[in-house]
Amino acid sequence: MSNLHPALVFFAGALLVAMLRGRAQALVALLVPIVSAWSAFQLTAGTEITLSIFDYELMPFRVDRLSLLFNYLFHIAAFLALLFAWEAGDRLQRVSGLLYAGSALLAVFAGDLITLFVAWELLAVTSVFLIWARGTERANRSGMRYLIVQILSGVILLAGAILHLRETGSLAFNEIGIATLGGKLILLALGIKAAFPFLHSWLVDAYPEATPVGTVFLSSFTTKVAVYALARGFAGEPILVIVGGAMAAFPIFFAVIENDLRRVLGYSMINQIGFMVVGVGIGTDLALNGAVAHAFNDVLFKGVLMMSMGAVLYRVGHVNGSDLGGLYKSMPFTTVFCCVGAASISAFPLFSGFVSKSMVVAAVLHEHHIVVWMILLFASAGVFHHAGIKIPFFAFFSHDSGLRVKEAPKSMLFAMGIGAVLCIGIGCFPQFLYARLPWPVDYVPYTGTHVLTQMQILFFSALAFTWLKLTHLYPPELRAVHLDIDWLYRRALPATARGVAMVAERVRLFGAGLALSFVSGLQQAGRHHLGPDGIFGRTWATGSIAVWVAILLVIYLIFEYGA
Amino acid sequence: MIAEHPVIQILIPLLGAPLCVLTGRGVLAYWLALACSLASLFVATRLLATVMATGPIVYELGGWAAPWGIEYRIGPLNSFVLLLVALLGAMVMLAAKKSVESEIPGDRRHFFYAAMLLCQTGLLGITITGDAFNVFVFLEIAALSSYVLIAMGHQRRALYASYQYLIMGTIGSTFILISIGLLYQMTGTLNMADLAARLPAVGDTRTVLVSFAFFMVGVSLKMALFPLHMWLPNAYTYAPSIVSAFLASTATKVAVYVMIRFLFSIYGPAFAFDRIGVSQILGSLALVGIVIMSAAAIFQNNVKRLLAYSSVAQIGYIVLGISFASENGLTGGIVHLFNHGLMKGALFLVVAAVVYRVGSSDLNAFRGLGRAMPVTMFLFVLGGLGMIGVPLTVGFISKWYLILAAIETGHWLAVALVLLSSLLAVIYVWRVVEFAYFQPRDRDSDPVGEAPLSMLVPTAILVLATIVFGINTEWTVGVARAAAVFLLGGHA
Repeated sequence: MSNLHPALVFFAGALLVAMLRGRAQALVALLVPIVSAWSAFQLTAGTEITLSIFDYELMPFRVDRLSLLFNYLFHIAAFLALLFAWEAGDRLQRVSGLLYAGSALLAVFAGDLITLFVAWELLAVTSVFLIWARGTERANRSGMRYLIVQILSGVILLAGAILHLRETGSLAFNEIGIATLGGKLILLALGIKAAFPFLHSWLVDAYPEATPVGTVFLSSFTTKVAVYALARGFAGEPILVIVGGAMAAFPIFFAVIENDLRRVLGYSMINQIGFMVVGVGIGTDLALNGAVAHAFNDVLFKGVLMMSMGAVLYRVGHVNGSDLGGLYKSMPFTTVFCCVGAASISAFPLFSGFVSKSMVVAAVLHEHHIVVWMILLFASAGVFHHAGIKIPFFAFFSHDSGLRVKEAPKSMLFAMGIGAVLCIGIGCFPQFLYARLPWPVDYVPYTGTHVLTQMQILFFSALAFTWLKLTHLYPPELRAVHLDIDWLYRRALPATARGVAMVAERVRLFGAGLALSFVSGLQQAGRHHLGPDGIFGRTWATGSIAVWVAILLVIYLIFEYGA
Repeated sequence: MIAEHPVIQILIPLLGAPLCVLTGRGVLAYWLALACSLASLFVATRLLATVMATGPIVYELGGWAAPWGIEYRIGPLNSFVLLLVALLGAMVMLAAKKSVESEIPGDRRHFFYAAMLLCQTGLLGITITGDAFNVFVFLEIAALSSYVLIAMGHQRRALYASYQYLIMGTIGSTFILISIGLLYQMTGTLNMADLAARLPAVGDTRTVLVSFAFFMVGVSLKMALFPLHMWLPNAYTYAPSIVSAFLASTATKVAVYVMIRFLFSIYGPAFAFDRIGVSQILGSLALVGIVIMSAAAIFQNNVKRLLAYSSVAQIGYIVLGISFASENGLTGGIVHLFNHGLMKGALFLVVAAVVYRVGSSDLNAFRGLGRAMPVTMFLFVLGGLGMIGVPLTVGFISKWYLILAAIETGHWLAVALVLLSSLLAVIYVWRVVEFAYFQPRDRDSDPVGEAPLSMLVPTAILVLATIVFGINTEWTVGVARAAAVFLLGGHA
């Protein structure tokens, strides 16, 4: 039985890759997850390694069924991303991708909050290079914002961990709960990484700015580590049901009006995480299983979608929905894989999304959260629109943009293909996934009711879509965007949805403007007072320093006599 | 031989300095200075090992017993600081040769090395001695030699910076001297242990109170505690690069050590913290300093200046830890004193390498260096991560204990501000990274090569140390904790 920490394999691999060049570099990078998987897949639940450092008992390596599931997932994800990077990657991206995947593994095997914090910061520091690798000014700035938010999340986690230590006397990373201040801070830190509403803007800001390869990596790890941590620390917190519901619903409006297709996927990622957060919040075995199973599937189908958009970006140079179209002629395989990913994210029966999303939805219904259940149905329909239809339609079909490019490189096709096969495989034979879920599974996805409900949503959405298409209401008008909601809520909602989207956009613009003017004001004030010519930055006259000496002396004397 | 180590520690650089002058203009002066620094490092490691193994060493200079003669008294705290000074002295000296050749004219180099050794003598002497007046003497040796060193900077502004430092440093030393004089007046002794024994009886007199005020202000000037830091940015910016590296990593740290020593083992925690409540002044100055100076670092256009402001902020961390007067706080403060010395030394050596290759420490000079000097810049990034306090670097260890102490004592504002300043550090480190990695070099500028090995190796050793001690904290934190326990127990 091997007790080798897989993160170490990744870190060592990254070191090796950093020294190689050319094909050897790509090959070794690809071998790292395979070699690591060979030992990591033999790990058994119950292995624990403890370590005394800084006067505390830490547990940097703890294996249980929950961490094992994410262990499998991250190995698959790292392999696919590195295969995808065969052609398009470079040393910087491979090395930081490997370090990043290793950090994610470090996080899921962390048995204490300090190890988790270390992994948390490593995730931030290693992944930012995947954004900076794009090399554009926008990417640089966006990467910096990303880094600051991620580090902030880290310091909040650290503060929470220390408080938790004070309050409970333990650093172990188990059930935490939000009863204490420490728990609240830890939840906030997790919430930033999981892109909770109002804390999410780093995700849609940074992910679309990364390189084609970078976004594939990014979309697989950070948020999933957060979901994992939520499932371990905050299972059954009612607040998460509400937060998750909001997460599932609000990105729909933004995804609708967004033109950059990778940003659309970013919003749809928040939407999918919403399902997982609801599952964690419900906290029953079924719901938790659903949450982590959905995380597992999301990495795969979101990976396929991100890879297909990455391939388009790689070949065309941009992914603006309005300027694409007709690419199915040039990129037929990419189109097929994208459609598989789209079908999976929309939870078509026999595709992977269905077998996990329905678990969460069933668990919600089982606990009688009717409102949340309705929101999730709305979100399911919404996701079918913006990820299931909008992405493939605008990119590959729609009006022919006249773009004639080469099909994606073979390595990318292989990566997408493997991902797509896994999506269909899990959808058709869910028992393989269910057998590895951390809690006992007593759930049958393919019952008449489940399939029928889901098919109704999808079928009527598709019907409405076709009708609108034929009557030329789609695509020039945004109204058609909400056809699936139309079916759910009759006709009242399209207008509301558009209103909400507009108001939300206004608020966002206003907020962004406010933030921008605040930041630039701050910058100006900073330069004024702190810069080389400012009061705190310039060279002082010797006399005025001496005056300060006198002032401080007086302060001390007054203070002493006062005491 | 081992019994004589305390005095040898001081004699090596003290005697090395005149020898350097005697060797004249050749390269011999450098090798002599290097040999002295390395020997000094060796002695410092032996001293620390002895102290940790067998407890404090008391050495009577010239065989004169304590209250009459001068005694050297070496406990865990000062042997730790001795090691820091000797280590940085040796590393900086290893890197010095080429940098000095390019920045100091040939006819002054032997004076330069002599002054470096004298400065080391002063700093080591302050740290090792157990006699209050002796502290002042060595303080002056260190200060006078550093005025000379700073004035050797090749820009004319170095003279003004040195002059300003001279005025401020002299005020600081004078204040400390006044304080020591007042103490002598009340107790009739200059030996620290004796002072500690006799002070409680006269602790309520106005004279002792005034001496405390003079001491605190004087030492705050010396360690550049906000708002008495104004002499520091110019001094570090215009000094020769090697001098910046040495002074930034050791001089202010030694001043902090003096404060700890006086607060805990002369005035005593009962007087300083319980009776006067110095925590409030120190803590608030430290916090304000941490935030404002970190923010000021962001807006600097010269990397030396940027690092100088960051130093002032980092001094704030150390002082903040001390102001808690708790075991964790002191441990954090002391370990950060050491850790920050390592990090700042490494970062300033990187700047020295850039100045050697490019000729300027302006941010603009860093453009495109990520490609031109990949190893050097990578070392900067690693050192910068330490400044931010990323886990697995020493910066994190210090911050951990500081935050722990702040939470224990209920200083929530301190927790928040320390965390906030980490973000500010991200920004100022990033500014350098941005110029080095994301801005191209000017086309018409000359090609730039990697720094010479003689500069890379010592820098890499320091950076490696920041990572090793960031992962294996047993040694640094162990020594710092031993020192903290010792101090809180009221011993030297």
